[in-house]
Amino acid sequence: MNAATQPRPQPQPQAPRDEAYNFAYLDEQTKRMIRRGLLKAVAIPGYQVPFGGREMPLPYGWGTGGMQLTAAILGAEDVLKVIDQGADDTTNAVSIRRFFARTAGVATTERTPEATIIQTRHRIPETPLHADQIMVYQVPIPEPLRFIEPSETETRTMHALNDYGVMHVKLYEDIATFGHIATAYAYPVTVDERYVMDPSPIPKFDNPKLDMSPALMLFGAGREKRLYAVPPFTRVTSLDFEDHPFEVQKWEHNCAICGSHDSFLDELILDDQGTQSFVCSDTDYCAQRVSQGRAAQ
Amino acid sequence: MYVAVKGGEQAIDNAHKLLAKQRRGDTSVAELGVEQIRQQLPLAVARVMTEGSLYDAELAALAIKQSAGDLVEAIFLLRAYRTTLTRFSASLPIDTSAMQLNRRLSATFKDVPGGQLLGPTFDYTHRLLDFTLLAEGEFPGPESQADAAVQDCPRVLGLLAKEGLIKEEQDTGASVADITREPLEYPASRAERLQALARGDEGFLLALGYSTQRGYGRNHPFAGEIRVGEVEVWIEPEELGFPISIGAIEVTECEMVNQFVGSATELPQFTRGYGLAFGHAERKAMGMALVDRSLRAGEYSEEIVSPAQQEEFVLAHCDNVEAAGFVSHLKLPHYVDFQAELELIRKLRTPSREQAQ
Repeated sequence: MNAATQPRPQPQPQAPRDEAYNFAYLDEQTKRMIRRGLLKAVAIPGYQVPFGGREMPLPYGWGTGGMQLTAAILGAEDVLKVIDQGADDTTNAVSIRRFFARTAGVATTERTPEATIIQTRHRIPETPLHADQIMVYQVPIPEPLRFIEPSETETRTMHALNDYGVMHVKLYEDIATFGHIATAYAYPVTVDERYVMDPSPIPKFDNPKLDMSPALMLFGAGREKRLYAVPPFTRVTSLDFEDHPFEVQKWEHNCAICGSHDSFLDELILDDQGTQSFVCSDTDYCAQRVSQGRAAQ
Repeated sequence: MYVAVKGGEQAIDNAHKLLAKQRRGDTSVAELGVEQIRQQLPLAVARVMTEGSLYDAELAALAIKQSAGDLVEAIFLLRAYRTTLTRFSASLPIDTSAMQLNRRLSATFKDVPGGQLLGPTFDYTHRLLDFTLLAEGEFPGPESQADAAVQDCPRVLGLLAKEGLIKEEQDTGASVADITREPLEYPASRAERLQALARGDEGFLLALGYSTQRGYGRNHPFAGEIRVGEVEVWIEPEELGFPISIGAIEVTECEMVNQFVGSATELPQFTRGYGLAFGHAERKAMGMALVDRSLRAGEYSEEIVSPAQQEEFVLAHCDNVEAAGFVSHLKLPHYVDFQAELELIRKLRTPSREQAQ
């Protein structure tokens, strides 16, 4: 309950909602259909549930799956945070946050502890999540086996039979060729010791945050019309081998703004000579550290 | 320094204003009216209605205006609007044999009952730029006879069916799924396939159909019949208990006749591929019919070797709104994934300890 301990007031809606559309855009029957799908997904962690994905007024590939899940679970009292690449102010995050501020009239925030729903593309916030939060992931390709086996009929059978040999062979071939597993993001995980799941294109740096998280994790793929979930406090293990254990990225640099040495850093190129600088990808985490640093001085 | 990763609301607003300016063009030139688009770009309107899955010429024309003539964008606009509409009723199947024909041709018979009707077509025009169109003016128009009438025009493939020469289509009587409401799962039923193809991108279906003609899944087709005209749409509301007509729509229908060698249990028969599109859209209907037939390879125990025969490949990639969205999402930032790849490639390029020794 980090939010309760903060002295800050609760975020309030900035504007009344647009009455021309149903609350959160989708009609109630559609939201019910998606919620039924979500219940199934929570009951079978990591299993991809087909759902009747709708056409959203944003392009496929730009977060329509995540938006449909957010629309289905959003209530008037919710506080919504939307991030893309860890940042609240990237254009698509701004666009999606505005969409829900307009169609649902909900309060929005950039502060991770204040949010009740966090829709994300490619990152999990650095600030630890709590039990009253739901993460909604935008998923481009929900099928972890897709780049090994293009046919949906085949991959569904492989999941049903718990037949993940090809995935291990692929990882082994990486080690044989490169000496490492050559997957840096969308690194496959096993959920609750059963289904192999694509955690969406988050960097493998974020994979450990999925394991035994107190927050509910929902994944929506709009174009592919699939949704899946990781319930709170569920085992999520990244695939590896005993002699090649899973490990996350590390940086030799610190964040140029807040000095953090354990957050995921984005590389900036500052001039024609290729001078590099590194900053936190999670802008809210970075800003919190800066303000805490000031308060401490 | 941090500006590089910031987008910002102001930038989005300004981009929208610039787009509106680009769409409007030089304001000393009269603004294009939606009714002008509807009347004078009917083939564009037909494509947007077909792939947008909504028969409304005015809204399609509005979408074309709003999208500055980008038809895939217009299709997207119409689709996004369509999603929000309430479904009142499913119509009864349209009866295309009772069509008010504007055009009809069969490439399989020199003459057919009802005759051939050339109608409005680009076929046989010489593709020479008509510079008189640079000047606006009256157009001569066709001469018409007030008392001219079209005879009954039974469907050409129906004539073949009477002789048992073409495979009869069976109505299973099963309820028809709506792929815009329920997820498509493989293998799909033919009804679902035809829905997906009807919404599919004209260019994609044209290219796939063309590939079957060039030997990738060869199945030589004949244009059994193409007909363009108006058909009535009937619904049967439950509370009434009898059907009522709710209006007429213009459609283009194409039935292809294809070879079939027969099998141990069946005599040789022709088979068919089916295409249907809103408005006048022959290229779309023909491409769809070719691909429909090639996707029936499994049904006729043909070897499945070519892209046009692979159901998952065709259905998963024929939708241009999905395709355009996923391709265009590459314009979104991928800093995080790219950073992860950068880190990985640097690591992979560092010589391992054994190699260094």
